[in-house]
Formats: sequence, structure tokens, C-alpha cells
Amino acid sequence: MKRRRFVGWSLAVIPLKVLGQANAHISTTDPLVFAITKGKPVNPGRVKLELPSLAENGHSVAMTVKVESPMSAADHVRAIHLISAKNPVREMATFYLGAHSGRAEVGSRIRLNGTQRMVAVAELSDGSFWSDAVMIEVREAACTDGG
Amino acid sequence: MKWGLSLFLVSGIVLAQSRSGLEYASEEIRRLQANDAENPGMLWVDRGAQLFAQHCASCHTVEAMKGVAARYPRVVDGKVVNLEAQVRHAGAPFAYESDELLALTSFVAHQSRGMPLRIEAPAKDVERGKAEYYRRRGQMSLACAHCHEANPGKKLGAETLSQGQPNGYPAYRLEWQTLGSLHRRLRSCMFGLHAEVPPYGSPLLLDLELFLASRARGLPVEAPAVRR
Amino acid sequence: MALARIQVPRETKRGELVEVRIVIQHPMETGYRRDAGERVPRNAIHSFACRYNGAEVFRATLSTGIAANPFLRFYFRAVDSGELDFWWLDDDEKEGTAKARLVVL
Repeated sequence: MKRRRFVGWSLAVIPLKVLGQANAHISTTDPLVFAITKGKPVNPGRVKLELPSLAENGHSVAMTVKVESPMSAADHVRAIHLISAKNPVREMATFYLGAHSGRAEVGSRIRLNGTQRMVAVAELSDGSFWSDAVMIEVREAACTDGG
Repeated sequence: MKWGLSLFLVSGIVLAQSRSGLEYASEEIRRLQANDAENPGMLWVDRGAQLFAQHCASCHTVEAMKGVAARYPRVVDGKVVNLEAQVRHAGAPFAYESDELLALTSFVAHQSRGMPLRIEAPAKDVERGKAEYYRRRGQMSLACAHCHEANPGKKLGAETLSQGQPNGYPAYRLEWQTLGSLHRRLRSCMFGLHAEVPPYGSPLLLDLELFLASRARGLPVEAPAVRR
Repeated sequence: MALARIQVPRETKRGELVEVRIVIQHPMETGYRRDAGERVPRNAIHSFACRYNGAEVFRATLSTGIAANPFLRFYFRAVDSGELDFWWLDDDEKEGTAKARLVVL
């Protein structure tokens, strides 16, 4: 099956990625992730969460999330979920796309309550899940730092 | 308070070159300010355009607003008049720091974006604000000059001190999550010093504003700037 | 008064990718901020949608994790000339709308 081969390759790639610290696999037992995936596996890859590695101010941080996808009727991204490790509200946003989107890319500006790991989980039309995770250092936290 | 000033002269620390707050800002802030499609301050400029058409267009054209903000504050009949006071002059008596006044002032200031500040005012009026700039105040007993003249570029906590230049105002400050005036910024500084916070549009703030704008001669109007 | 600043290309060709950028005036209050000692209650835009000639091309669930005066950039494929309708709803159940025109050659 195509997907098994994909997963196989991803597993082979993981050890190197862990050494390089980017895109470490996310926890599927995290209740937020489980709510999205209902326990299905989440594959690292195909998703690129772009954030600066250092943000001076957590009030407004530029973010882009992209997913490699032909965005065709048969093969497209249905949704992209953004999850924070440390914000008081961990589900930051969900973006709903479709074949009509043409490109699976969304930009926004986010608030970060301090240095933390952010995760993006993409749900594809074939029911599979893919993810990226990024560590970002935040000098001045947004929410609980006295506003 | 000239004793405090002599400290600086002795140590030889004097503003060698005027630098906008933009030069001390993070890359993200600089990027936001440079991008009109993303700069949240432009929301107020847009609103200001609507309000201008409603309240000001019967007497003023938008084209005639070009260059105006680069010459404010002014001294008229011995009184310091800043852009906010001027905008409120007739038919638009919006309260200080109201969304409407912020929108109108940012719209008018925006027409001068890129133009160098060029304040013309009698020396004695500028001197009043200069004395305030060097006066120690609050429980912390600090003057504006202690941070903004003696230590720009250095860190205060996690933040980098700027020269305290006014050319970016009204500005969208990330800390405020909204656009605000120079007086708001001055008030919050005074609050930080645990000093008495003067009201918006008060003579003290106007005098300070006149001095700051004179000191900023040559710096470009950046409204709406983005600051932290 | 909810205001939005929308950037779309004024005209485009059929089948081309259209980039939409929108900034909406909204404080996206976290509920943690204090104003003059008082806690400002939470009020953020939680739902946003964009329709193109009546068909939804983008939808988002947002939260306080999105910065104040929220900015969104997204894409869709141009088909026919028409209207872009933007809609959003916040925690106080206030709706906001905005429109833009797209010309497809």
C-alpha cells in the first residue's frame, strides 16, 4: 500500500530528524491531537510550519503553514490545525481548505505565551494526517505576562 | 534641573545622530511597518479617510494635507497646538484617544509619510519642553534623558531603549494591541516611573511633544508606525 | 465599528491562483489583559469564512491565539468574475462583514 511505504520512509527519516531537532514526531496521546485524529497515526512531513526561531514579542508573530499537496479533487488538504504547547488556549486555529483552494498555504499572525513548541497537523482528503513541529523562543510573552 | 544635565555633558554622552524608533525595533516589527497590507495601523488610516470625507472635506482636500504633519506641533498665539488639537478644531470634536481622533490623525499624518519633520517654533516654547525632558520625576526620580539620551541602544530588562523619537506616532504598539497617540506613550512612560500621569492634551505633554518634535528634525514621518 | 482591509488582485485570469490578504480590526481580547486594574473579558473572533460567488472558498476557526487585528492570507482558484464576501463572528456574538470585487478575464 502506498501509505505504508510512505510511513516506512518517514520512519527511516525520523532518527536523523530527531538529531537535527526539527519536526520531531508529535504525541498522538495529546488529547488535542486525539480529538483531531481519533487515534489515527500522524506522519511527520509534507507540512511546513514557518515561524522565526526567536520572537522578541509574543503579541504578534508572523506564521505561515504550507502543505505539499496537488490540491486536486482526488488529493487535497481538508484542514490544518495549529496547536500550542503553552498558550492558555492550546487550539490556536483551524483552517479549512479544499480542492478549490489551489494552494495549501495559510498565513497569519499568532500570539505566543512564551517560549514553546508549536505543532501543525494537516488532514488530507484520503483521511491521513501529517504534521510539523517547531520550537520558538519568545522573549516577551503575550497572554499571562501582565498584558 | 540643569545639574542633571551637566552629568551628561561631563560623561560626554550626547545624541550624535537622530535615529527613529524603527532602527531599534525587531525585524518582525520592521517587516510589519513596511507592509501596508499587513500593518494593523492602516485600519485606522482607512477609517480616517472615511471620517475625513465626512467631517473635513467641506473645507479641506486630501492633497492639501500633504506635509502638514511634518510641521506639527506648532505654536499659535503662544499656545502649543499638536495635530490632535488641530484636527479637533471644527466639526470634529472627538475625544482624545478616541478611535475617531486616532483614525483622523493617523490619516492626516499618513499623508506626510516619508517627509522629514521640520518644526518651526519660538525657542522659548521649545525650551519649556526641553526643561521637562531633563527634569527628574516620579518615585524612580528619572528624567526622559536618563534613558533616551544617555542610554539608547542599551537594554532595560528584555527591551532595547530607543531615543524616544516621536516621528512614528500615532503608532500601532504591540503591547497595546491597538493604535495610540504620542501622549498615550508619554503617559505610560510616566506611569512606569511612578510619576503623576498628566492628562491627554495637557500643557506638560504638549510642551514635551514640541521639544521632541524639534529634536527629531529631519526624521521622516512614519505614521502609522509599528512599535513593540 | 468593524473595519477590514482587503487586498486581492484587481483582476486575474480564469484558473489562476488568487492570493487574498485581509486584516480585520478586532482586539481579540484574551481575557487576561487588565485595563486600569480591571480584567478585560475575553472576546475574540472565533469563526471566519470567505465566499466567492456564493461558494465557500475558505473557512477558519480562530481563537485568542491569533494576534489582535487578525491577519489572514489564503488562496483560491479564480473561476468567474464576482464578489468575495467575508464574514466573521466573535465571542460577543457580533458579526462583521466585508466585500471585495474580483474581475476574472
